[in-house]
Amino acid sequence: MAERAAKEIIPVTVIGGYLGAGKTTLVNHLLRTADGLRLAVLVNEFGSLAIDEDLILARDDNLISLAGGCVCCSFGSDLMTALMDLQQMQPSPQRIIIEASGVALPAAIAASVSLLPDYRPEGVVVVADAESVMERAADVYMGDTITRQLADADLVLLSKCDLIDTARKAQLLSWLSAQIASTAVIPTSAASLPPPAALFGLDHSAAWPPAGPVNFSHDQLYASLVVRVPTTLWAADVAAVLQSRPLGVLRAKGLCLASDGGLQAVQMVGNRVQQDRYHGPAPQAINQLVFIGLKEHLLADEITALFTP
Amino acid sequence: MTETVIYAAREIITMNPSRPSASHVAVRDGRVLGVGRLDELQAWGPYRLDDRFQDKVLMPGFVEGHSHAMEGTFWRYTYCGYFDRQDPDGKIWPGAKTLDDAINRLRDAAQALDDPSKPLTAWSLDPIYYDNVTCDRGDLDRVSDTRPVGVLHASGHIMNVNSKALEAAGLLRQGVNHPGIPLAADGLPTGELRGPEAMAPVAPFVGFDRDELAADEEGLRQFARLCVRQGVTTATDLASMLPDDAVEMMSRVTGEPSYPTRIVPLRRLFGISPKDIVARALQLRERSSDRLRLGRIKIVVDGSIQGFSARLRWPGYFNGAPNGLWYVTPEELAETIELALAAGVQIHTHTNGDQATELVLDTMDAALRKSPSPDHRFTLQHCQLADRAQFRRMKAVGMCVNLFANHHYYWGDQHRGYTVGPDRAERMNACQTALDIGVPMAIHSDAPVTPLGPLFTAWCAVNRLTASNHLQGGEERIKLDDALYAITIGAAYTLKLDHEIGSIEVGKRADFAVLEDDPRTVPVAALKDVGIWGVVQDGRVFAAAEI
Repeated sequence: MAERAAKEIIPVTVIGGYLGAGKTTLVNHLLRTADGLRLAVLVNEFGSLAIDEDLILARDDNLISLAGGCVCCSFGSDLMTALMDLQQMQPSPQRIIIEASGVALPAAIAASVSLLPDYRPEGVVVVADAESVMERAADVYMGDTITRQLADADLVLLSKCDLIDTARKAQLLSWLSAQIASTAVIPTSAASLPPPAALFGLDHSAAWPPAGPVNFSHDQLYASLVVRVPTTLWAADVAAVLQSRPLGVLRAKGLCLASDGGLQAVQMVGNRVQQDRYHGPAPQAINQLVFIGLKEHLLADEITALFTP
Repeated sequence: MTETVIYAAREIITMNPSRPSASHVAVRDGRVLGVGRLDELQAWGPYRLDDRFQDKVLMPGFVEGHSHAMEGTFWRYTYCGYFDRQDPDGKIWPGAKTLDDAINRLRDAAQALDDPSKPLTAWSLDPIYYDNVTCDRGDLDRVSDTRPVGVLHASGHIMNVNSKALEAAGLLRQGVNHPGIPLAADGLPTGELRGPEAMAPVAPFVGFDRDELAADEEGLRQFARLCVRQGVTTATDLASMLPDDAVEMMSRVTGEPSYPTRIVPLRRLFGISPKDIVARALQLRERSSDRLRLGRIKIVVDGSIQGFSARLRWPGYFNGAPNGLWYVTPEELAETIELALAAGVQIHTHTNGDQATELVLDTMDAALRKSPSPDHRFTLQHCQLADRAQFRRMKAVGMCVNLFANHHYYWGDQHRGYTVGPDRAERMNACQTALDIGVPMAIHSDAPVTPLGPLFTAWCAVNRLTASNHLQGGEERIKLDDALYAITIGAAYTLKLDHEIGSIEVGKRADFAVLEDDPRTVPVAALKDVGIWGVVQDGRVFAAAEI
């Protein structure tokens, strides 16, 4: 057990959603923008995965090695075994992304990941096709699977929004909020996929949380905010405050002091807050939270007020 | 010229309507040269008369249309099921009738191991027969507190482990949060692991070695010994991943002169695209040999009824459980079916719930309009909840069905009480409906889920009793002759092998089940107890007592 505690816990993000919703497009986007972070992407099968050939260094039946230290594995029938195999990889990946099959329930996958000592599930992202999700949710065979997938999501990424008109989009958003009132929804198109930081809090310097705001200057859609946590609040208090009302947050993370004197990583994915004991390297900053959200949704003033002593 | 052997028998049940019964069968080159009286067969020239079967009854070798060679592998673990069961050596393991019986058996097995840290691996526990007494890690800690202990349930979907096993996997801790892992009052896991994901992190520590399970040479040999004991000469291995090394191993082992069984493995659609699996099936077909028949595809559409993961139509589960899980999207199902029809590759689909069956029927209907395909014989496997309208559709789209007659015996009581309720439980595995409507039908064991044994399976379909001796769905009982047809030529038909096996008929393989008695003359209640001497497979004689 002692050996386990010393190991780095690897965060795992599950990407769910129906066939054709755009999961693979998102995975390709994340691999292209990994920028030095060692990502391991687990897919059910390589069949539909079109990785840019110039990124590929080597491939065999179950593993594709990519430039920059990323790998892509097909797990076939046995995701858990594939994850256990990844524990042997040197150097170990810094983040794992699981692309769930079209009919899988992604929260069940995240729960299973939590059973493996060296991994921590960190959010379920469900990709929904703006053009077809409502129709599919009414399908006699697949309808309940689609709505269960949406209910599993911490973040819903609405793909192909450029292919529907404004009225349809409004109708869709109102339908979604009836389905999953408290889940953050990010409208996207193939040309405007969200930066990894918005989805995963990916930090390219690998030292997360960053000391300052994430730079979204190139992006018209996303905003970032840093607040200092007053020393009167322990980690558990911070978690409670974050959960107290919707704040328009996609991701938030910080290291906070716990009442027992230890450090805890507090993080938010959508509206879900989780706290874990921090085992990582000496942090750059503590009692500081970094928030990421859509510009039009992030309630920056309210968040600042919540943490003003 | 090769030798002609004429076997004399007390009775030969040929399953060939044009000559249903005979006293002698002539065999040359592993094939049936003739069936009839000795004086008729003598005309073929010199022969050797073999009278070792003169007080036996010969039937066509039984064909198990839905089994898994993994049954052979499981016998290296400790059996602790509720029912008596025969192992590959022929030893009958008495059923463990109480949880204490099961624990005692496990403790004996644990004490027989010399290395104190070696895990104890066991299978076929079934607490539903112990008045739903739950087994927890405390019970298994009585088996051993030094070695990890893991016991797989009969259904294959649940495992119980002891504290040592949880500790080894890092799960003997507070805060485990998983729907498949119940927690005790102290906040620690009870040791029950439900579903493959919950089992996976612990399985390697309790001796369920996945590499061993994937391509297990020893297991394939043991499986064949079980087949000989049950009169089976052809058995499916329904759903393997069939990587190249497994195919090489299977080719080598089944190709050995003394290997007694014809194995029909199906490649499962999982982790491979529709296009690739059809190409793979065509490629594998070329690697077939006499005793290894490759080139078919299995698609698992939903889960199991007793695990509440089967997809049901309205009104769903009797106890109000949410609907089950899909294991394939309709799009992937449709694409695979269309490509396979066009390429002439056969598909068997696993559907337990009636909604899953409905999806396959819809999909076949649409695919056949695009790509009409006579005699495709795509087969619905299990298909336990289909109603009469669905059987009519099966007939219309030309599908076969392989019904899970054994399931009705082992879990019928649970289906009546919890899963689907009395009315739908009575129509489960509707064998007589299939015959009435004219859907080609086989019946199966799904070994190792229930024991391999076609005569027992036939007994289940003829008697329709549950384990509590309750007659359930008496209208779906079939006649003995229909049951014997289902375990021979009926199953052969679903594999497109009925021109080679399934009846004792000129030109076909000399595959016989050698029985101690005539199943048509014993009381139907005793059908399962007819003794089996062994088999003749491709003209080679294998006695169960010597296998």
